[in-house]
Amino acid sequence: MTANLHLWLIPVLPLVGAAINGLCGKRFSRNLVSAVGLSFSGAAFALGLWAAIEFPSLGTGLYRESLAVWMRAGDFRVDFAFYLDQLSLVMLLVVSGVGFLIHIYSVGYMWEEGGFYRFFSYLNLFLFFMLTLVLASSYLVMFIGWEGVGLASYLLIGFWFTRAQAASAGKKAFIVNRVGDFGFLIALFLLIKHFGSLNFESLFASIQPLGPETQGSGLLTSIALLLMVGACGKSAQIPLYVWLPDAMEGPTPVSALIHAATMVTAGIYMIARSHVIFDRAPAAATMVATLGTLTAFFAATIGIAQTDIKKVLAYSTISQLGYMFMACGVAAYSAGIFHLMTHAFFKGLLFLAAGSVMHALGGEQDMRNMGGLRTKIPWTFWTMTAATFAIAGIPPFAGFFSKDEILWQAYADSRGSWVYWLFGLITALLTSFYMFRLWFLTFFGEYRGSRATAHPQLVAPTAHAGHDHPPGHGQIHESPKVMLVPMAILAVLSVVGGWVSYHHTFENFLAPVFHGATAAPLAEAHLTGPAGESAAEEGGKETLFMAISVAAAAVGFFLAWLLYYRRPEWPQRIVQHIPTLYHTVLHKYYVDELYAALFVKPLLEGSEKLLWRGIDQNVIDAGVDGSAVAARQVSDKMRHMQSGNVRSYAGWVAFGAAIVIAYMVWIGIP
Amino acid sequence: MVPLSYYLVLSGILFASGVTGFLIKRNIITIFMSIELMLNGVNLSFVAFAAQWGALSGQVFVFFVMVVAAAEAAVGLAIIIAVFRTRETLNVDYVNLLKL
Repeated sequence: MTANLHLWLIPVLPLVGAAINGLCGKRFSRNLVSAVGLSFSGAAFALGLWAAIEFPSLGTGLYRESLAVWMRAGDFRVDFAFYLDQLSLVMLLVVSGVGFLIHIYSVGYMWEEGGFYRFFSYLNLFLFFMLTLVLASSYLVMFIGWEGVGLASYLLIGFWFTRAQAASAGKKAFIVNRVGDFGFLIALFLLIKHFGSLNFESLFASIQPLGPETQGSGLLTSIALLLMVGACGKSAQIPLYVWLPDAMEGPTPVSALIHAATMVTAGIYMIARSHVIFDRAPAAATMVATLGTLTAFFAATIGIAQTDIKKVLAYSTISQLGYMFMACGVAAYSAGIFHLMTHAFFKGLLFLAAGSVMHALGGEQDMRNMGGLRTKIPWTFWTMTAATFAIAGIPPFAGFFSKDEILWQAYADSRGSWVYWLFGLITALLTSFYMFRLWFLTFFGEYRGSRATAHPQLVAPTAHAGHDHPPGHGQIHESPKVMLVPMAILAVLSVVGGWVSYHHTFENFLAPVFHGATAAPLAEAHLTGPAGESAAEEGGKETLFMAISVAAAAVGFFLAWLLYYRRPEWPQRIVQHIPTLYHTVLHKYYVDELYAALFVKPLLEGSEKLLWRGIDQNVIDAGVDGSAVAARQVSDKMRHMQSGNVRSYAGWVAFGAAIVIAYMVWIGIP
Repeated sequence: MVPLSYYLVLSGILFASGVTGFLIKRNIITIFMSIELMLNGVNLSFVAFAAQWGALSGQVFVFFVMVVAAAEAAVGLAIIIAVFRTRETLNVDYVNLLKL
């Protein structure tokens, strides 16, 4: 391992950018701010690319770089160390690449906004933490990034902090994530207690010899479940997904970067990274797969009824993350990571395109007020089309390969089951339906908005996105090139990104991580299992499954075409037939209300009535105040002793002396 | 020989009446005399103990006390005269300049 990749520079560069913009950006011009932001994130991407080029020449398949000892306590030791293997390499490229593109896009999107420098400082800060997360060599260093991206997410969701909605959405994201982090932390404590290390290599080496745990409780199962809780928080899975839709209050590039492409995939990455543990805890893995399946299905149904373009995409993100969870649960880690990658391309693009649509319409987010934009903003339309086809799973777009891979593995893997596959398939149909619904509503038909012509600033809805377009910005217009170029690049990636799986190239690339020298018994079974059967039969079956999922996507397309293009009046009539179901779905199954009643309200009321008015005011304050009052009253009485009358003092002296003498007489003199 | 306890009881009575006089009298001269009474009460126990144990130090101490008491009487009476001249009273309740 002679080559030195200087991995530490990759996360540190954006940190420097964040510091420069954050500390002095206020005095910089917008050009300088964007130059700083772009050059540091771009440099990180370039270094990432260089690491990727150098990586094969390392030979060993992994690379470790230790900077300094962070903490040492007895045998326990954590270094500031970075670690690169195939898995972190993929994540590194996705994060820095998509991150860089979205930085470019943001220059155009945020140009008119206040706090331009603040935005870029936060974005760079996010990149620093995210890159730390994916390059970490131990759970503790990963945890720095894990918490840091949460912080960056909080700052960026609440970027327009003067709007109460945005501020509370930021708080919600932060607090819900705390629940997950709590699980993650306890898992780390358990690991320290029982294995004495948090370093990936040594930790997994000591877990390796252990066999899979049987059904029921066990150390590894509890660790895996706690890690899963952490991942659920970060990756927005049931029951902790509620923060992600609200996070759409942030600027759209943030939704694209953090809440679609990168940060929310941290949970998936963490589970894939911990695959050694999950392989040995089948019960926990089943739980992961079940949660993922449920989330995928559940979020997809919510997505159907949403009218806010970003909310649809948010639920779609949750649903796709559910797919990745499902893949991780059935030990199809490389399929999950593959979907993570393609999803980063097409979902990032979808958000950017949605941002471009909103930009064109001056902040309009409601799809009912869109329509017919196909000819007005052609670039946005075509890039969005690529992304829509990709997410719907139409071949040969990227999403088809990854989603199909997950569905196939969910069925065929030793831990898989047809239940996962069936729900996955229904979800694929729903996905295709709601994405094409979005597509048709936005770009086809007649324009339904009110801002057709010249005076948009009069109707500029302040309730939307805080998107303050200056006057004269009003007519529907295509976005500037600085926004279109990143979209175009992502569109190309959304088309071709899936082709890397040809002949299992991607899977084989990741294989050393998941099945290499560290192969777990179950993972081995997964490898050898299909080979045991007739390869031809397997292939035929796989093709059949592929055809079924393409058919599902096509049905989704057809339904969307029928309902939102051909017969736009039908949805209304359908809704009238099933009002209860429709309203339940429209209100997201009332989960927010349920949580409010179950957790938020008792917490607030309990805090106010019991802790504040009860304990704080009646016990603590009363104790402090009471002792002061008592001291004053006692002093009030006692001060009369100090009359200034010398003879009364003498009387007291005599009295005291008498008591002393009486006491001495009473005890007797020895 | 008169037992020691008799002397001590007498000494205690003298001291107690000195204290009582000091506390209840208003007139400075009476207070002054009460102080002398206390001193003499103490002196009595000194000499009683000295006689009892055959140790001279108690008697020597009494001389010191008498010397100090004499000096104190001289200064004290001078102060009393000065006070009477300025305030025309010997009632301590009215001599309360320091009390404020």
